[in-house]
Amino acid sequence: MRNLAGVVAAIGGSVWLTRSALADGWNMPLGVTDVSRDIHGLHMTIFWICVVIGIVVFGVMFYSLFRYRRSKGAKSAHFHENTTVEVVWTAIPLLILVGMALPATATLKEMYDAEDADLDVMVTGQQWRWHYEYLGEDVSFISNMSTPRDQIDGAAAKGENYLLEVDQPLVLPVDRKVRFLLTSDDVVHSWWVPDLAVKQDAIPGFVNENWVRIEEPGTYRGQCTELCGRNHGFMPVVVEAVPPEEFDTWLAERKQAAAREASGVDREWGMDELMTRGQKVYESVCASCHQVDGSGNPPVFPALANNPALMEERDRHIATVINGVSGAPMPAFSSTLSPVEIAAVVTYERNAWGNETGDIVQPSEIQSQLE
Amino acid sequence: MAPKLPPQQPLQTPAEQGNDGAATAGHVNEGYHHGPSGLMRWLLTTNHKEIGTLYLIFSLSMFFIGGIFALVVRAELFQPGLQLVQPEFFNQMTTMHGLIMVFGAVMPGFVGLANWMIPLQVGAPDMALPRLNNFSFWLLPVAFTLLLSTLLMPGGGPNFGWTFYAPLSTTYAPPSTTFFILSLHIAGISSILGAINIIATILNMRAPGMRMMDMPLFVWTWLITAFLLIAVMPVLAGVITMMLMDINFGTSFFNAAGGGDPVMFQHIFWFFGHPEVYIMILPAFGIVSAIIPTFARKRLFGYASMVYATSSIAILSFLVWAHHMFAVGLPLVAELFFMYTTMLIAVPTGVKVFNWIATLFQGSISFETPMLFALAFVVLFTIGGFSGLMLAIAPADFQYHDTYFVVAHFHYVLVPGAVFAIMAAVYYWLPKWTGHYPNERLGRWHFWTSVIGVNLTFFPMHFSGLAGMPRRIPDYALQFADFNMASSIGALLFGTSQLLFVLMIIKCVRGGEKAPAKAWEGAEDLEWTVPSPAPLHTFDTPPQFHHREG
Ligand code: HEC
Ligand code: HEM
Ligand SMILES: [Cu+2]
Ligand SMILES: [Cu+2]
Repeated sequence: MRNLAGVVAAIGGSVWLTRSALADGWNMPLGVTDVSRDIHGLHMTIFWICVVIGIVVFGVMFYSLFRYRRSKGAKSAHFHENTTVEVVWTAIPLLILVGMALPATATLKEMYDAEDADLDVMVTGQQWRWHYEYLGEDVSFISNMSTPRDQIDGAAAKGENYLLEVDQPLVLPVDRKVRFLLTSDDVVHSWWVPDLAVKQDAIPGFVNENWVRIEEPGTYRGQCTELCGRNHGFMPVVVEAVPPEEFDTWLAERKQAAAREASGVDREWGMDELMTRGQKVYESVCASCHQVDGSGNPPVFPALANNPALMEERDRHIATVINGVSGAPMPAFSSTLSPVEIAAVVTYERNAWGNETGDIVQPSEIQSQLE
Repeated sequence: MAPKLPPQQPLQTPAEQGNDGAATAGHVNEGYHHGPSGLMRWLLTTNHKEIGTLYLIFSLSMFFIGGIFALVVRAELFQPGLQLVQPEFFNQMTTMHGLIMVFGAVMPGFVGLANWMIPLQVGAPDMALPRLNNFSFWLLPVAFTLLLSTLLMPGGGPNFGWTFYAPLSTTYAPPSTTFFILSLHIAGISSILGAINIIATILNMRAPGMRMMDMPLFVWTWLITAFLLIAVMPVLAGVITMMLMDINFGTSFFNAAGGGDPVMFQHIFWFFGHPEVYIMILPAFGIVSAIIPTFARKRLFGYASMVYATSSIAILSFLVWAHHMFAVGLPLVAELFFMYTTMLIAVPTGVKVFNWIATLFQGSISFETPMLFALAFVVLFTIGGFSGLMLAIAPADFQYHDTYFVVAHFHYVLVPGAVFAIMAAVYYWLPKWTGHYPNERLGRWHFWTSVIGVNLTFFPMHFSGLAGMPRRIPDYALQFADFNMASSIGALLFGTSQLLFVLMIIKCVRGGEKAPAKAWEGAEDLEWTVPSPAPLHTFDTPPQFHHREG
């Protein structure tokens, strides 16, 4: 009777476990691309193979533990070798694995075929944000996490997409083949969106490839998955997949905006507008290392407030922001920020937090340095 | 009345061996003179049993320190949001936890067992190189004091994960990284010297009549592990030296801006790192292969195939390293190669599990605490093996990699794998060390709380990983909250239940049911022919070994 209850409990338990393991939010998502579905298929196949092997192996084991208890007077047998058995249980797993390797190889080949893309997007990891550039389209922007600090510290209620929301998502067309080219400006990052089954490391000095053809419009969320320093946990990826026509309109608008930004280089900017713009840039790009109040995080991240040496050297200040500091975690911003943004942020730093040098840095000055 | 002895002190006479007695295997070793007592006795000891005890105490202390760091991590992850620690410190905790557990707890734990048991199991009077043995041990406290002290240095301790990928660990690392490198060098030297000693002992000092294929599997697996150590610790030393150069001498091995190659770092690291994970599990296979036959009262099934399986695992372990790097952008052929070799390594591992189960089949099984831990090892290690098999499927690994699924996998093989095996060994050999049986009641409590704690901690991590939670993050999205809460509760249970382990050890050292020379009815190896507790000097006259027929 007790045995029966045990068996029923065991079966019930396993059914419950497997069911929950397959439920939404407990398992790998099916995703919205061909590749993601293939991967999900491989995952479930190997999972069931493991379940079956597990049932057989643990079945025999628990049967033996139960049946051959010394307390029930079991006497041990004397066999301790059998070459046939050894060969059999080497060969069977081998065959199962060959059977598994074939579909896995096919999927891998498909994943590696990034040829003939309709759109190329350069993804650059930076501590701790993503920079996206639509190659050949003159459109690029930075994507920062937008979850407010209050929610992280528990001072405000956490929103639905806590930690998985950004100020500017990566917009992509559905039904077109998009190729990603991934690299990094500083340490190794990894760009991952589970629903797209794309996880690819972004490595300084390397350009990696991956691709996706999204089938359903929607918002897909992911995160950086390679430890990249302090804010590694706060570096989400958000992809917004839209129908191709909508994407074309969006891209055209972004192009115009980029052109307007470029023309901003030619005119004289006033202190106020530079300060407003500079504060925005500073808080979204620089504050993660130098802190919102410019106090930095010595010894590694220098303070920009109360830094008289820096205030003396306007040229070095500009050069540092443009070229970064090689051998230290200060990135070069020449390619990720526009001349207007660089001018604005330097102006801001030279006049905020009591620095009050009164210096104005014009975008045209930055432009000429960049050339 | 139980004698008041310091924990784990096996013998009352502070005798000290005067010369390198080990080199005289085969002769009667005469004239021990009395060496220093007190602290100096432990500092200067060249006795394999005392050094073994030192290693085991060291390992246990590190297990608790590393465990406290893990509990800080789990406490922060109990709920979404940042409550207790800031990300800087969180990263130091995960990194230190990993480093301490791997290099400070598991590896020295196995070396301690090797020191105690290999001479006893091969019938040797001591390790082949006793003074070197003393040196290997005392390097460890130096290395780990240095490592722990980095937490107090400006900028904090290592915060780049126990895999310390460059350039996060070079250009972007805290200033204390140079000390981290030094401490790893010292720990590495200790491992290499220990491995040399073990190989020399096993190859030269077996009792007359004991052929290689007569050696207990713990000896075999340690022999193979020692070769792995000698092969890969220098690789680790190489990679950290390159880091040292990049940080302090302006080279650019891993600095892309200077023409260096961050991917090369990962290749070198994992060329060390994958064999390293087998270094942490092969001796465990040996332990389980001793305990299961003892309590099944039946000879180990497939002894020869166990030896061959261990050797093939060791060889294959040099050919699979890039399965940790499927997402770094390797060429397709490389992905395929490493996927196939990794799948292949599952075969000999499976053979081992099948052999253990065939040993149980038609045995006469009893369930003393060492056996409970060994059986839990078989089941839970196999579960870790299953998730390993899943991770081997390269396309799927793109989804699993660097998520909590991986954290679940390696903890299943390390905690109920390596750590349970060490605990099983302690319960199994304590009667030989102390002359007393461990308290069964305490043992059972320790076992069941540990099993429940481990599964509650690590099983939900499979789900949070599959659902998309990356590893090494101090805060997480709301859909992972329940899994994390369960894990944190499990971790607290597992952590506190280890106090029972300490309590059991202390009680066992102080007293308890007296154990005869052959403490377990079904035990067969040479260590059970010497008295319990084993006197400080054993096998001064080598025993004649008679190998078992049929
Ligand atoms: C990833 C972290 C990081 C980010 C983001 C970052 N910096 Fe820096 N910054 C550093 C570090 C580290 C240094 C110190 C470099 C060195 O060792 O000289 C530095 C130095 C500087 C200096 C020179 C300070 C001095 O006293 O010499 C300036 C100016 C500066 N940063 C401006 C900026 C601006 C403007 C931004 C945003 C556009 C920015 N930084 C973003 C890390 C960062
Ligand atoms: C009380 C038991 C344990 C608990 C609760 C625990 C928990 C954790 C947690 C929460 C992490 C960090 C995961 C992440 O964010 O990446 C971690 C990492 C790790 N643990 Fe454990 N752990 C335990 C025991 C062990 C043991 C015994 C070992 C070694 C045998 C071990 C080896 C590791 C390693 C190698 C890492 C990776 C560290 C890194 O990311 O750099 N753990 N553990
Ligand atoms: Cu990251
Ligand atoms: Cu590996």
